[in-house]
Amino acid sequence: MSLFWLVVIVLAIALVGYIAGRARALASAGGDMRDLHSLPVYYGANVAMKAAVPAFLILVLWLLVQPFVVHSNISGMIPESAVGDGSSLGLVMAEVRRTAEGLENAVASGQMTDDFARNARTDFNDITTRLKDAGQIVTSQITQPIMRAAQAYRIMVSNGNFYMSIVVLLAAIAGALWGVRETSAEFRARNTVERGIQVILFSAALIAVLTTLGIVLSLVFNTVEFFRLYPAMDFFFGLTWSPSFSGRGGSSELGILPLLWGTFYISFVALAVAVPVGLFAAVYLSEYASPRVRAVAKPMLEILAGIPTIVYGLFALLTVGPMLLSVFGDNGLGIMKAGTAVMTAGLVMGIMLIPFVSSLSDDIINAVPQAMRDGSYGLGATKSETVKQVILPAALPGIVGAILLAASRAIGETMIVVLGAGAAARLSLNPFEAMTTVTAKIVSQLTGDADFASPVALVAFALGMTLFVVTLGLNIVALYIVRKYREQYD
Amino acid sequence: MNEMPNLEQASAMTSSKISAKKVQVYYGDKQAIIDVDIEIQPRSVTAFIGPSGCGKSTFLRTINRMNDTIDICRVEGSIKIDGEDIYDAKVDPVQLRAKVGMVFQKPNPFPKSIYDNVAYGPRIHGMARNKSQLDDIVASSLQKAGLWEEVKNRLDEPGTGMSGGQQQRLCIARAIAVSPEVILMDEPCSALDPIATAKVEELIDELRENYTIVIVTHSMQQAARVSQRTAFFHLGVLVEEGSTQDIFTNPKDKRTQDYITGRFG
Repeated sequence: MSLFWLVVIVLAIALVGYIAGRARALASAGGDMRDLHSLPVYYGANVAMKAAVPAFLILVLWLLVQPFVVHSNISGMIPESAVGDGSSLGLVMAEVRRTAEGLENAVASGQMTDDFARNARTDFNDITTRLKDAGQIVTSQITQPIMRAAQAYRIMVSNGNFYMSIVVLLAAIAGALWGVRETSAEFRARNTVERGIQVILFSAALIAVLTTLGIVLSLVFNTVEFFRLYPAMDFFFGLTWSPSFSGRGGSSELGILPLLWGTFYISFVALAVAVPVGLFAAVYLSEYASPRVRAVAKPMLEILAGIPTIVYGLFALLTVGPMLLSVFGDNGLGIMKAGTAVMTAGLVMGIMLIPFVSSLSDDIINAVPQAMRDGSYGLGATKSETVKQVILPAALPGIVGAILLAASRAIGETMIVVLGAGAAARLSLNPFEAMTTVTAKIVSQLTGDADFASPVALVAFALGMTLFVVTLGLNIVALYIVRKYREQYD
Repeated sequence: MNEMPNLEQASAMTSSKISAKKVQVYYGDKQAIIDVDIEIQPRSVTAFIGPSGCGKSTFLRTINRMNDTIDICRVEGSIKIDGEDIYDAKVDPVQLRAKVGMVFQKPNPFPKSIYDNVAYGPRIHGMARNKSQLDDIVASSLQKAGLWEEVKNRLDEPGTGMSGGQQQRLCIARAIAVSPEVILMDEPCSALDPIATAKVEELIDELRENYTIVIVTHSMQQAARVSQRTAFFHLGVLVEEGSTQDIFTNPKDKRTQDYITGRFG
């Protein structure tokens, strides 16, 4: 039974349960809604919830756990000899999985009987051709151990799916019956539904948290793998970045410092543009602009935030770069060699960040109570004196939070850098030289034919992990500051 | 004998600190103040009483042009302080507000230290030549506001950390620090408990010696306790104005009588 139909059937059971629960509740009160503890819909919802929620939880858990169980069982079946030189258990398992899927699809499309797929023991040439004929991807000659493993794999998966369907359906039916049985006029369905809703909301929050955890773990595993192949000291303190894609990265120098330097330099230029402009725009919009100007200008400014960063990248490449070059290039001051430079990317990234800073700062400035302004005006202060002496100091923690959020955005920005800053990893102070950032290098390490066993590709995960730690730290500091600020006025 | 009324009028002209003639205030299309004429005496406390929404706070805010900060608000008529029309184009509202200080309904100290709160006005107006002069202004303002003994050892602590009554007296000290001639108080005790209220009322009575005070209040007892003159507003109209004693014991207008005897409001 396919997953889709399983879900549909569980939902159908829940729907039937809903109708049955509602009807039973009304019947138990003699058809008079006023004698029920809760509204009839709550009785129905209670049954539907008891049918669907546990069933879906089991379904999700089963889908998450089954691949691990199957994988560990099957990989035990593969003898050492089947793992050839220069290969690994992972590659063989991938082959097994492909073969198993091939068999499954061939059976599904009627080119092979189920019996044949289960029991074929000899003549692997024939099977390979038959699978290829069936339009399945088979990379190499299927060997006996792989075939055996694939057959076992296929059976385990299909058995697993079968049992999963049974268990999920039983859970749905049992839940529905339980819900219908407890339905009576006195039953506090309203309170039960409330608890159920809490569980549903909690699981939504849990998914977000677990996903973050999953992302971190996948980064951690690959990072550890990288540090097994490449010394951590050289990575964190190396001054040269020159990956060599040939020879499995043996002669690569993978020092992160030039990349971090580029990242922070470009982010610094970006913030130097975005913070003053954004902050002043926010002060203008919240303190000086008339409501009519504000109604037009604020959405206009926020449109900037909706432009995809690749478009900013094009703007950097085609407009800002050549413009800077005409002033600072060979025909001008002669300190800029090409359009791609720290300045180009930094300026454009700064423009991108203006709405971030202005929008967040605007909210924070508006949150400063009117009483503060009145107090200051009442003492004979002008608008700008009030802004400088009262409003900005009162809003400062929040504004710092906004700036840090913008900074973590700048550090993680990729497309503008790829197009605007060039690709040379370089430690230089000249802002008109091409440099590159951590994110841009992650892209270049993983595009093309990436061999995930070599440090040249794995270094991307270590770079990503470093970046993640830096931005996470900035975000935590920003949130801490913003929260502290909130306590002041609530 | 013919000269008597003239003399009296002349003395009233010269002796009144604030003189309002035919004042109209509009919020957009809605008229909030209609034809208000009032003379406010120097070095005395004048109380504005009246039911909610009667325009007494609005009128108070015209005296230091705080209504200018509200876009849709429009003022007509003339208000003179010491004979000078404050709505004249020559008058800088910012300078005016230094001369006519204001204390608000809810204590609104800045999120700064006690010292910086009081020093705020003198600093922006450049009133102190050096640090020790500023220290003197801060100390004397706090003394006049009756707060000095309580805060002299913790001037560096934030003003927002004090009790409500202390915060309100800090706001009064802050207003005094720019040496205004008039202090406007918009229900200064409505957010305070009875003990803090008593302290602020006592302070208002002391300040009367040096300042002209106009206070808006919802509490008729408070008006009776602190003011020498009382003005009763109703629906944007100044119904009756006179000595506090007269207003409370012998009101001329039926509406005033109904209000002070608690028949409405």
